[in-house]
Amino acid sequence: MLKNRLFYFIPYGLWLILFVGAPIVLMFGESFLSMAHHFTFANYQNFLGSGIYLQMMFNSIWYAFLITVITLLISFPTALFLSNLKYKQFWLLLIILPTWINLLLKTYAFIGLLSKNGSVNHFIQLLGFAPQQLLFTDASFILVAAYIEIPFMILPIFNSINEIDNSLINASYDLGATRWQTFRRVILPLSADGIRAGIQAVFIPSLSLFMITRLIGGNRVITLGTAIEEHFLVTQNWGLGSTIGVVLIVAMVITMVLTRERKKRGRK
Amino acid sequence: MAQTIIEFKNVVKSYEETQVLKGVDLTIEAGKFYTLLGPSGSGKTTILRLIAGFSSATSGDIIFDGQRINDVPANKRRVNTVFQNYALFPNMNVFENVAFGMTLKGVSKGKIKEKVTSMLGMVQLAGYEDRSIDELSGGQQQRVAIARALANDPEILLLDEPLSALDYKLRKDMQYELRELQQRLGITFIFVTHDQEEALAMSDWIFVMNEGKILQNGTPVDIYDEPINHFVANFIGESNIIEGVMREDYLVSFAGKEFENVDAGMRPNERVEVVLRPEDLDLTTPENGKLVVTIDAQSFRGDYYEISAHDDDNNEWRIQATNPSIINTRQGLTFDPEDIHIMRFDESEDDFDARLENYED
Repeated sequence: MLKNRLFYFIPYGLWLILFVGAPIVLMFGESFLSMAHHFTFANYQNFLGSGIYLQMMFNSIWYAFLITVITLLISFPTALFLSNLKYKQFWLLLIILPTWINLLLKTYAFIGLLSKNGSVNHFIQLLGFAPQQLLFTDASFILVAAYIEIPFMILPIFNSINEIDNSLINASYDLGATRWQTFRRVILPLSADGIRAGIQAVFIPSLSLFMITRLIGGNRVITLGTAIEEHFLVTQNWGLGSTIGVVLIVAMVITMVLTRERKKRGRK
Repeated sequence: MAQTIIEFKNVVKSYEETQVLKGVDLTIEAGKFYTLLGPSGSGKTTILRLIAGFSSATSGDIIFDGQRINDVPANKRRVNTVFQNYALFPNMNVFENVAFGMTLKGVSKGKIKEKVTSMLGMVQLAGYEDRSIDELSGGQQQRVAIARALANDPEILLLDEPLSALDYKLRKDMQYELRELQQRLGITFIFVTHDQEEALAMSDWIFVMNEGKILQNGTPVDIYDEPINHFVANFIGESNIIEGVMREDYLVSFAGKEFENVDAGMRPNERVEVVLRPEDLDLTTPENGKLVVTIDAQSFRGDYYEISAHDDDNNEWRIQATNPSIINTRQGLTFDPEDIHIMRFDESEDDFDARLENYED
């Protein structure tokens, strides 16, 4: 019986080994190799010793943090609103729909909107203002990144709010709570798991964004993601690229630990 | 007479096209145990939700302590609810659940602790303060829900089928406890159930509902002994319901014979329904029986035998007997004149009460 079940796991097991396990091991190994393929700690010394990389790391974390906060601020009220609608599954579909469209395509669409001759500038000119530099700014980078990440924040939050039994809300009112007290003491704590999942789903991928930084941020925003791309494709310093990769993985693990589900309160 | 605490005046509740309450009038007095009894979809939970303030009446007035409360929100009503699924907050432990209402009102920590301790003691859960909700059994969750509602010192406690998820033994125990609790605290309880046995065992007063209307209200004994119509007779306890004709006052004919009874006030030769409770029927020899029946089946129910039989007119009879009978034998069936209860077709509760008043005095 056990043997049978293992059999079903073979396809995905192979997948895991080949495309998850092996790359991590290889990357970890590579991070200890110099460009001449000798064992060295130089990559780590290099990374930790130079202000540039620490600055990049700080940048990555800072932008990922901004993107996460902005998507959370937009997504939580949206999810709350959606969960009270009559045809909520339909409205939810409209939010999920954009995720089915290729990321690159959506990014190019934003270039069309934000560029010097784009629709937004046309509109600004109509109002009688001079055209603005919109593309290749921090703001546009964060806007596009947040746009792309929003569905991944809304979905888990919506699910957790939607799972809250309506009688709990009624019980709260019944016991004398106002709408705000009900929100703060019942709805918010009970949707905490969804918020955590949403933060993980947005913050972690945002750490290693590189395509949007290039196309929308115009290389003005340099994050660890861009640095990795640079080292692998341009400078060919795979060792240092891998080191940054390892640092990213460590950052992700730390995020996971910080946002993990807390044990429920109860008997000590 | 006790003070009226809740009054419904021609209350209608509609959801889009369907009317779930069709003009309900009711009066509830302070300090009694009331039960709203009816099958699912009869509107009993709707009445509870209207009193709690979770939904609002389409038309009609809801009066609480002399004031119309149709537009008072749930959190401002001096009413608390024990929900069917208990609705305990899973993110809080037992103490926090019971304290919830008080913490909102800004009661001091010391007072809250004192009250929670006494409430948990009252529902026999002393020492459970730090437990989390998912560690509790269904019966314990039930008790926490009751403690949480009562910790708010409500004028009325609403209970929405709170025992339906418990097993038989526990349900019986909780029936006694709830009844005892109500009598000790003197708070008005309004209990919703579809279980007639539960209603009869616990209530001071029962409202029997069907299809958005109150069909009959009265004490458990009144409703059991004098059901107003076919539905109530069938829903409250088991009944033999046979078509008959009221020849004159105190004389009814059914199953091809005429019997002396104790009902009056109907037109001569009016078509009626006759109710005989299975436990009021006795088996005897065919010569001594008022009717002769043939035994079809019997089953042992622990404290009695449930016997089904048919008479020569092919009416089905259910009989509860202490002694077993023999299948396919002919037996006599006896009952007393006062065991016969007559129901008129389409008689309103007011007419029914007036008629009873007339001939009983």
